[in-house]
Amino acid sequence: MNKIVAKRHFSERVVCLEVEAPLIARSRRPGHFVIVIVDDHGERIPLTIADSDTDRGTITLVVQAVGDSSAKICALNEGDYLRDVVGPLGQATHIEKVGTVVCCGGGVGVAPLLPIIRAFKEAGNRVVSVLAARTRDLIILEEQVAKYSDEVIIMTDDGSYGQKGLITAGVEQVIQREPVAQVVTIGPAIMMKFVALLTKKYNVPTIASLNTIMVDGTGMCGACRVTVDGKTKFVCVDGPEFDAHKVDFDEMMMRLRAYN
Amino acid sequence: MSQNIDTRDSQWRADLRAEIAPKERTAIPRAKMPMLAPEERIHSNDEVNCGLTAEMAHTEATRCLDCPDPQCVTGCPVGIDIPGFIKNIQRGHILEADTVLRRTSALPAVCGRVCPQERQCESRCIYNKMKKEPVAIGWLERFAADSARLDPARPKPEAAAPLGIRVAVIGSGPAGLSFAGDMARRGFAVTVFEALHQVGGVLKYGIPEFRLPNSVVDAELDTLRAMGVEFHTDVVVGKTLSYDDLVADGFKGIFVASGAGLPRFMGIPGENLINILSSNEYLTRVNLMHGGTEGYATPVPRGARVAVIGGGNTAMDSVRTALRMGAEKAFLVYRRSEAEMPARLEEVAHAKEEGVEFMTLANPVEYLGDERGHVRAMRVQRMELGEPDASGRRSPVPIEGAIDEIPVDVVIVSVGVQPNPLIPNSFKGLDISRRGTIEVNDDLRSSLVNLYAGGDIVRGGATVILAMGDGRHAAASMAAALQK
Repeated sequence: MNKIVAKRHFSERVVCLEVEAPLIARSRRPGHFVIVIVDDHGERIPLTIADSDTDRGTITLVVQAVGDSSAKICALNEGDYLRDVVGPLGQATHIEKVGTVVCCGGGVGVAPLLPIIRAFKEAGNRVVSVLAARTRDLIILEEQVAKYSDEVIIMTDDGSYGQKGLITAGVEQVIQREPVAQVVTIGPAIMMKFVALLTKKYNVPTIASLNTIMVDGTGMCGACRVTVDGKTKFVCVDGPEFDAHKVDFDEMMMRLRAYN
Repeated sequence: MSQNIDTRDSQWRADLRAEIAPKERTAIPRAKMPMLAPEERIHSNDEVNCGLTAEMAHTEATRCLDCPDPQCVTGCPVGIDIPGFIKNIQRGHILEADTVLRRTSALPAVCGRVCPQERQCESRCIYNKMKKEPVAIGWLERFAADSARLDPARPKPEAAAPLGIRVAVIGSGPAGLSFAGDMARRGFAVTVFEALHQVGGVLKYGIPEFRLPNSVVDAELDTLRAMGVEFHTDVVVGKTLSYDDLVADGFKGIFVASGAGLPRFMGIPGENLINILSSNEYLTRVNLMHGGTEGYATPVPRGARVAVIGGGNTAMDSVRTALRMGAEKAFLVYRRSEAEMPARLEEVAHAKEEGVEFMTLANPVEYLGDERGHVRAMRVQRMELGEPDASGRRSPVPIEGAIDEIPVDVVIVSVGVQPNPLIPNSFKGLDISRRGTIEVNDDLRSSLVNLYAGGDIVRGGATVILAMGDGRHAAASMAAALQK
C-alpha cells in the first residue's frame, strides 16, 4: 500500500500525485516508469515517473483520466492509498553531453520528459524544450521545464497560448536555425510518429519513449511488444525508449486500440 | 523424528507387508480419480480432479508392494521417500505421511497435482514391469497433503533453532519456495522478494485454478510463514533493490529463482496483430488478475474460435482456460504428432474430454488481420514426420504446398519462454550463458560467491518439480557454505 501525500489538479482530467515509495524514490532514474494497481480489483497499468524526493521518500506521478483505472486513480485524494506501486521499471535514459538537445512533449508526456530535460541540462547540454497541447489549460509543468531549459517553445492547436500550430512546427524552427544533436519526444503515439518523420528528414537522432499496454511490466507477458527496426521488442524491459526512426508507430497505435 | 514412521525395517512396515500377499495386492485395480463432469467443469473454474476418498486412498496405498529397492524414489527429482509416505497412508497415519512428504518437499499438495508423474516416479513403479498400471503416487501425495492441511491436529512444521543468519530469495515460485522452506527448517532467517503483487510465481499467475486452486498454494505459503519465512511483494530485485542493497541489508546468501521471462514468439508475419498473445499474458490476465471475473478491471481477449500454438502443459492450460472463457471452438495447433506432446497425459486426457480439438502436424506460418488490426485467420503449414532429430524424436517437415487458411478470433502462442532478463542484466560479475541463463556449478553456485540460482533462470524452462529440486539442492549447498 502506497499513501498519496499530496495531490493537485493540472487540469480537469490531469492530476499530479506525490506518492510514498521510498525504495523507488531512491533507485529511480530519468526514463523509468512504475506499474500501479489502484485497488483489489484493479488492473496493472504503467505510469511514468515525473519526479522523486529521496528525503520525503516519494515519487511524483502525473495521471490523465483516459480509462476506468486511470479515472479511479485520479479520483483518489490526499491520504488515500494505491494498492500497489512497483518499480522503477524499464531502462533509464542514456544521458551524455552532445550539444543542443530538443525535448518535445505533448500533453501528459511532459511529465516523464521533465526528469530527462533536467538530466540533459545537468550534463551540460543546451536544452530547448517544446511543449504542446490542444489548448492553454492543458500545458503542464511549464515553470519546472523552464527552470532546466535554455528556451521553452509553447505550441497550442488553437493558438490560445504560445504559437498556434503542432509540435512539429516548434521542433522544425529549432532544427532550421541551429545544429541539433538529439531530439527526445514523449507524448501520444501519433505525435511521436510525426516528430520522428520530421527529424528523420533532417537526419537528427531521435529517442521516443513509448507507453504501451502492459500487464506485469517485468518482461513476462509480451503485451507491450512493438516492432523496432523490423524486430519485436518488449517496451517494459528493452525500452521504454527506442530510436524513434526505427519504431513502427502505425503498428503501435493499432495495438493500443486492442481493448477499445 | 522417530524411526517408526519411515524405516522399511520398522515392525509396522513388516507387518503391513505380511498382511496381504503380493498377488492379492497386484490384483487390485488402480484407483479412478473422481472428477467433475466435462460439461459441468467447462462452465466453471472449479478444480477438475476432486481427490481420492480416504477409502480409495487406503486401497491404492495397499497396492504398493513396499519394494526393498524402490525405483519410484529414483524417479523423483526431490527424492521423496515414496513407500514411506504411502505405507503411512495404508495404516491410516495420514499426518505422518504428510510429515514424510514435507521432509523433502515444501509443496506436496502442489506436486501431487502438477508433477508429470508418468515420466517420473510412476514410470519406475514395479507395476509397469508387470504390464499393470503403476501405483497412483501423485494422487496419494495429494491425498496426504490435502488431508493433513485440513486436520487441526497437524503438527507445526519442524524447524531448527534460529541461527541468526539472513538469506534472501528472489522470486516466490516453486524453486524459491522450496529453497525458503529448506532454509527455514535449518534455522536460517529467510526473506523472499516477489516482483508481482502476489506470492507464488507461476503457481499463481500461470497454472489455472481448475488444475491448482489458489487456496492450495496459499495454504502452503501459510506453512512457510509459520516457519518464519517473510515475504515482500512488489519488489523487483535488480530495480527496486540492487545486489549491493541486499548485501548491505545483511543478507549472507542470495538465491535467484526469478524464473522464466520473455515469452517466445515465432517471428512470423502478422504475429503482432490484436488478439494474438503469449500464454504468459493470457494466463496472467485470467489467473493473477482475475480478468473475465465480474468486478475485476483487467480485460481478456475472447472469441468464438481460439487457437493455441504449442503442445506443452502451458498450451493445455491456455486452451482449457479459453473454453472456460466461453470459446465455442478451442483448438491446439502442434507441429509434431500427439505422441511427441510434452504435456502431462492427464492434461491431454482432460482437454479432450472437454472438447478441445487437436490439430497436430500443423504449424502456423502467417496471421491475417481485418481492417481494425484484429486477427481473423491463420495460414497453417501441414507437416509430416521425417527423420529422427538430435532428441531422437522424428522431426516434423513441411509438406510442400499443403497450406490451409483457418479462421480464428484469438491466438495464444505457447511455444516456450526465455529466462527473465532482469537479474542477468543488473548484477555485475554474474556469468550469463548465451541463452541468457545464469551459469552455476554443481552446487548451483554462480560466479558471485554468495549467490546461488535455480529453476527456470538456470534451466531456461522446465517443470515445477525440477525447480523445486534446484531449490532443495541450492539450500543444501548454501547452508553448508554459510555454516562452515
